[in-house]
Amino acid sequence: MIEVQSLSKSFKENLVLDNISVKLERGKTNLIIGESGSGKTTFLKCLIGLHSIDNGEILFDNRKFSKMNDKNIRKLRQEIGVLFQGGALYDYLSVEENIMFPLNMFTKLSLKEKRERVNFCLSKVNLEKTNDLFPSELSGGMTKRVAIARAIALNPKYLFCDEPNSGLDPKTAILIDNLILEITEEFNITTIVNTHDMNSVIQIGSNILFIHHGKILWRGNKNDLTKSKNNELNNFVFASKLFKTLRNENFT
Amino acid sequence: MLKYIKEIGRYFILMKKVFSFPEKKDIFFKQLFNEFEKVGLSSLSIVLIISFFVGGVVTIQQAINIDDPLIPKYLIGFVTRDALILEFSPTMIALILAGKVGSNIASEIGSMRISEQIDALEIMGINSASYLVLPKIIASILFFPILVILSIFIGIFGGWIGGISIGVTTADFVLGLQTEFSPFYVSYSLIKTVVFAFLITSISAFYGYFTKGGALEVGKSSTTAVVNSSILILIFNFIITELLLT
Ligand SMILES: Nc1ncnc2c1ncn2[C@@H]1O[C@H](COP(=O)(O)OP(=O)(O)OP(=O)(O)O)[C@@H](O)[C@H]1O
Ligand SMILES: [Mg+2]
Repeated sequence: MIEVQSLSKSFKENLVLDNISVKLERGKTNLIIGESGSGKTTFLKCLIGLHSIDNGEILFDNRKFSKMNDKNIRKLRQEIGVLFQGGALYDYLSVEENIMFPLNMFTKLSLKEKRERVNFCLSKVNLEKTNDLFPSELSGGMTKRVAIARAIALNPKYLFCDEPNSGLDPKTAILIDNLILEITEEFNITTIVNTHDMNSVIQIGSNILFIHHGKILWRGNKNDLTKSKNNELNNFVFASKLFKTLRNENFT
Repeated sequence: MLKYIKEIGRYFILMKKVFSFPEKKDIFFKQLFNEFEKVGLSSLSIVLIISFFVGGVVTIQQAINIDDPLIPKYLIGFVTRDALILEFSPTMIALILAGKVGSNIASEIGSMRISEQIDALEIMGINSASYLVLPKIIASILFFPILVILSIFIGIFGGWIGGISIGVTTADFVLGLQTEFSPFYVSYSLIKTVVFAFLITSISAFYGYFTKGGALEVGKSSTTAVVNSSILILIFNFIITELLLT
C-alpha cells in the first residue's frame, strides 16, 4: 500500500497539487482520473520521485520516502515498475534486451535464467517470439505491452501507468487495461493508473480518485461513479455523449 | 548574462553526476566499446579523406609561395608537417568532429530525454547522466588522439603526393619532414585533442540531456551543441596555445 499524506507540489507560482492525502491499496487498480492539466502526471512523478515535493510525506508500505537515503531509494526503485506514456523503450536495444535491462542491472541471474524471465514476461503480455524485434519495428500497442513486460521484469510491488491506453484503438485499449488488472491481481501489486479514458474507468476502476485543479474532489469505485452528486465529477464523467445517454436511460 | 551563469552552473552539476563511479563495470565496458565505434571508428573515413586533401593542398600552396630559388625546397615538407601537427590535425579535425559527433550525441540524448527514456533509466535507479555520458567522454578522450595521429600521417602522405604533383622531389620533402622535429609539438597537439574531445562530448551531452519539448527542440539542442562546442574549441585552442607554446 502507498499512503500519501498532505502532498503539495508547485512549479514556481503554479500550485499543481494541493494538500493531497490518499491511500492506494495493494492488489487493486487505483485510478487517477481528471481532465488534462489537472495534475495527474505530476502526481505520478511525485510518487516515483522524479519530481521533488514541497510538502507532505509518501509512505511505501510504511517506509517514509523522505527518510530514505540514496541507497534505500535505489532499493525502493527496484520495487517500482513504471509504464510511461510513450512506452519509453530504449530504442537502441531489442525487445529482449529491453526487458533484460533491469535484470542485468539488479540481479545476478545467469543468462539462461534471464532469458526464461524475459520469455515469461513476454508471454504475460501475449508477445511470445518478438524477442529480436527493435522498438522501431513495433506497433503502438505492442510497444505498450513490451513496456509492461519490462515494468514487471523485476516483480515489482508497485506499478505506475501513465495513460496506458492513450493513442490506442478501443480494442487494444481494453486488452491493455485487462492486462494491467490481471497482473495487479495475480501478483498482488499496488497499481496506480492515470487515465482520462472513461472506458478504462468502467473496465478496471476498483479504487477511483478524481483530481481537479490539484485537489482530490471525489473517491469511490466504478459503481458509485455515476451516482455522485459532485458537479465537477459529473461534468468530467458525462462529458462524453455515450455516458450521458447511459445515465438518461438509467433514469427512465 | 544571468542565464549563461545558470547554464554553466547546470553544466558543472551535470558533470559531477557524470563522473561518479560506474556501478556495473561489465556494462560500462560494453558501452565503452560501443562508443569507440560510434564516436571514433565511424569518423575514421571522413578524418582520413579531409586530412589527405588538406595535406596535399597545404603542400601545393607552400610550393607555389616558395618559388624563390634562394629558399630551400625542403622547407615545404617542414612547413606542411608543422601546420598539420600544430593546427590542422588537432583543431580542424576537432571542429569537424564537433559537427559530426557533437550533433549525433546531442540528438541521441535529446531524443532519449523527450521520449522519457532518461526518466525510465532514473526510475530503475540508474544514474542516467553517468550511464549515458561517461562512456562517450572516455571513448572520445581515448579515441580522438588516435584519429589525430592518423590525420597527421595521412596529411603528410597527402602532402607528399601533392608535392610530387607539382615537382617537389621526395628527397626534399622527406628532408623537410626530418628538419628540426620537436616532439613537444606532438604532445601539445595531443593535449589539445584531449581537451577538445572532452569539450565536444560533454557540451553536446549537456544540451541533449536538458532538452525540453519535442522533436523540434531536439534539433535545436543539436545545433546549439555544435555551435557552442565549436566556439569553446576555438577559445581553448587560444588558451592552451598561450599556456604551452609561448
Ligand atoms: N516540469 C514542469 N514544469 C512546470 N510546470 C509543469 C511541469 N509539469 C507540469 N506542469 C504544469 O502542471 C500542471 C499539471 O500538469 P500535468 O502534466 O500533471 O497534467 P495532467 O493531468 O497529466 O494532464 P494530461 O492529461 O494532459 O496529461 C499543468 O498546468 C502544467 O503546465
Ligand atoms: Mg499527463
